[in-house]
Amino acid sequence: MADSGSEEIAVIGNTDLTPSESENNLKNTMVEKGTSLLKMMEISVAEAEKRTGKNAVNMQETYTVYLIETRPVDAASEGTNPVPDSLWRRYSEFELLRNYLLVTYPFSVVPPLPEKRAEFVWHKLSADNMDPDFVERRRVGLENFLLRVASHPDLSSDKIFYSFLTEENGWKETVFETGFQAKADSRLKALNATFRVKNPDKRFAEMKHYGDELQSVISQLLRVRARAADRLYGVYKVHGNYGRVFSEWSAIEKEMGDGLQSAGHHMDAYAASVDDILEEEEHYADQLKEYLFYADALRAVCRKHELTQYELEMAAQDLTSKKQQREELATGTIRTFSLKGMTSKLFGQETPEQREAKLKMLETQIEEGEELVKERNAECEEFVKSAWVDIERFKEQKDHDLREALISYAIMQISMCKKGIQVWNNAKECFSKM
Amino acid sequence: MSGFVVDSTVSSGNSSVAIPTDISGQILDLDEDDDLEVFSKDTTVTDGSSFNASMQTSPASMINQYKFEEDAEDTKDIFVTVDNPESHVTAIETYITYRVVTKTTRSEFDSSEFEVRRRYQDFLWLKGRLEEAHPTLIVHPLPEKFVVKGMVERFNEDFIETRRRALHRFLNKIAEHPIFSSSEDFKIFLTAASGELTSYKKQGPGFLSRMGETVKAVAAAVRGVRNRPQEFTEMQEYVEAFSQKISSLDKVTQRIVREQKEYLEELKECGPTYALWSQSEEELAEPLKDVAGCVDRCCKETEEQVKNLNDNLIPVLHEYALCTETLKAVLRRRDNIQADFEAKTEALATKKADRDTESKVLSLAWDSLVGRSPEEVKQQKQQTLKGEIKEMRDDLDKAEDRLEWANNALKSDWTRWQKDMRTDLRSAFVDTAERNVNYYEKCLAVWESFLHSQRTDAEGNGNVDFS
Repeated sequence: MADSGSEEIAVIGNTDLTPSESENNLKNTMVEKGTSLLKMMEISVAEAEKRTGKNAVNMQETYTVYLIETRPVDAASEGTNPVPDSLWRRYSEFELLRNYLLVTYPFSVVPPLPEKRAEFVWHKLSADNMDPDFVERRRVGLENFLLRVASHPDLSSDKIFYSFLTEENGWKETVFETGFQAKADSRLKALNATFRVKNPDKRFAEMKHYGDELQSVISQLLRVRARAADRLYGVYKVHGNYGRVFSEWSAIEKEMGDGLQSAGHHMDAYAASVDDILEEEEHYADQLKEYLFYADALRAVCRKHELTQYELEMAAQDLTSKKQQREELATGTIRTFSLKGMTSKLFGQETPEQREAKLKMLETQIEEGEELVKERNAECEEFVKSAWVDIERFKEQKDHDLREALISYAIMQISMCKKGIQVWNNAKECFSKM
Repeated sequence: MSGFVVDSTVSSGNSSVAIPTDISGQILDLDEDDDLEVFSKDTTVTDGSSFNASMQTSPASMINQYKFEEDAEDTKDIFVTVDNPESHVTAIETYITYRVVTKTTRSEFDSSEFEVRRRYQDFLWLKGRLEEAHPTLIVHPLPEKFVVKGMVERFNEDFIETRRRALHRFLNKIAEHPIFSSSEDFKIFLTAASGELTSYKKQGPGFLSRMGETVKAVAAAVRGVRNRPQEFTEMQEYVEAFSQKISSLDKVTQRIVREQKEYLEELKECGPTYALWSQSEEELAEPLKDVAGCVDRCCKETEEQVKNLNDNLIPVLHEYALCTETLKAVLRRRDNIQADFEAKTEALATKKADRDTESKVLSLAWDSLVGRSPEEVKQQKQQTLKGEIKEMRDDLDKAEDRLEWANNALKSDWTRWQKDMRTDLRSAFVDTAERNVNYYEKCLAVWESFLHSQRTDAEGNGNVDFS
């Protein structure tokens, strides 16, 4: 879970300001870059509800909506507890928000959404999207997503994000109006760039490779963990049979009866304890899943770099060839094989006027080309700079979060062992009374 | 009672000895000679089979003997171990022998230490002898001949080890049993060289006499018992129920072992996955490697725990499951003895009725033909009947004694068995619980040391607050 978010909630707003001043502050800080939204407002996804309605093709469908609550931090600290502003959103709207952010901030590692469908399940867990446990875990995941975005230095100040949290109606239209969909890079274009780019920044290439490895290893871990959870469930549950048999056996014994009966109860308790244990482990799995999906976001940034670099390379290549053409035209020498060369050989040289016109056109093109290269270069540099900053930030966040996750896993194991010790000590006492 | 208790259905060690029908005089001799004779395992009275000696005591003194044994201090004077399995290859077969070491201070043993080699067949022989000699005493079960279900090879290491332990327990149970431990067969088993044992075994009851016993047993079984005493019916009901419960426990435990093994298989992949991950990381490499190490250590502990269950709890449960078969057999044999007694009672009554009616009938025709006077014939017939009746009454008395003896033996041994069962199962379960506690304690230590190392790291870096 994004603990960094909750740490920031602890920061209490300046209570010395007058109401109008604090309102000004709120407006100003929205525009200021780098200030976290969370310092100003509390965000939570409080509830989930089932709705039925007609979808785009006019068919009945059931879907889940989530209640987003926001509350100004100042108000909470003043002691008055106003009713939070709230609105309902469904998963597809979260997806829309994220897609918008992906396109608009291509240099940011955009936080992932919780999974659309339950994957890496072990048998007891339902893969059904309507299952209450799944919905609950998704609610938590969505809250986590919002908090992550709200604590991101760049994303938190986005207006569309703000209105996602505050404007229930018409938000979708507003998003589409930004025209972000047109700005999205086609998959084909991106793939092409990946193959053809000649000189990508080495760090980004390494990052991409890391993203691949991370995704692969976390997938494997999640799979293995799910299978182990399944087996562990079996082990614990079979002990429940001891409970039953001991109870039946105690009925035919005289002196052994009591010891057996009470030992049986402890066996039942042992069998039942696995449910809580595995639920907690599911939480750990969710933490791993978040970074599994983060790996994808990381790779997206690297791919974008490849694209910008490629486009720069293309522009530079284009410029070079145009310059060459000009040279050829100016000196009359044809150094490279070109259609012009061929046609002039076949159809004779052009007239000086024609040549002049062409030269002029080339000059313009070259000027434009130089502009383009300068632009693209700047874009590329800008991208590399911002992206690398965010990647560094992401790395730190990842190291911190995953370490916390490993620690909480250890704590879970310790708790499980302690429960086991207790149950078996109790059982031992009962057995010794047999 | 003047009768002499000899179970004529039991073969004696030396078939040439005629067992007198009335040696009450001899018993008195015994008592006069040495009061302790009643309790001693004196083998000098007959030709060697000690079970005859114990049979010479009346049922009453038999109970005394049990009481004496129970009140006696638990000073073990005989120690038996079974170890060192070795494989032997001959032209015909390959088999395993086990070394049986006996250390004892008992006087009837010629020396204080013995070492012999025995194979499974020998154990089977011993068990059979004890059961024959004491049909209503409870002999601890032997491990099964062959585990067909699991397709376990006879010469598989685990199988041999499991069998060795079971054989060890078997002999120790025999040694601890008040009656069995003084059995001559047991002594021979522990002390005789292989050749000696083979020839001793051949001395056993002839095929025909054994056939005779089987026929008698079948006949008795067919007859059925009419007036079984309530306590034995209760015993049978208990055995039925107990048999179900113990075999359920056996199955449950085996299922747990299976599930644990499958869990272990999955868990074994976790550690390496964490290790693989650590290779892609920088800051996280240490903690990931540590977690991998923790998971691997937990794997080892789990493996150990599974082995414990297999080696300790399952064999005990299994043995008691086999015990129930023994118990059922013992109850059946007791029933047969009672059925035999009831049949003899009936036969005697019928004969007596015959005698009464006979005295009123005069079969004149035949008798006048053979030239005997009716009075003569009548006298003859009366004499014959009288003789027959006396024989039958003696037989009946013996059957009655045998029944009483069988019942008392069973009752005493039943109490002993129940006590043993309670002790054995209690300690097996307590032991299992303790091992489980140990397992969790070890895993706990593993993860706590990981936490500790993370804390010292973090506090060193000033990164994380663990409050």
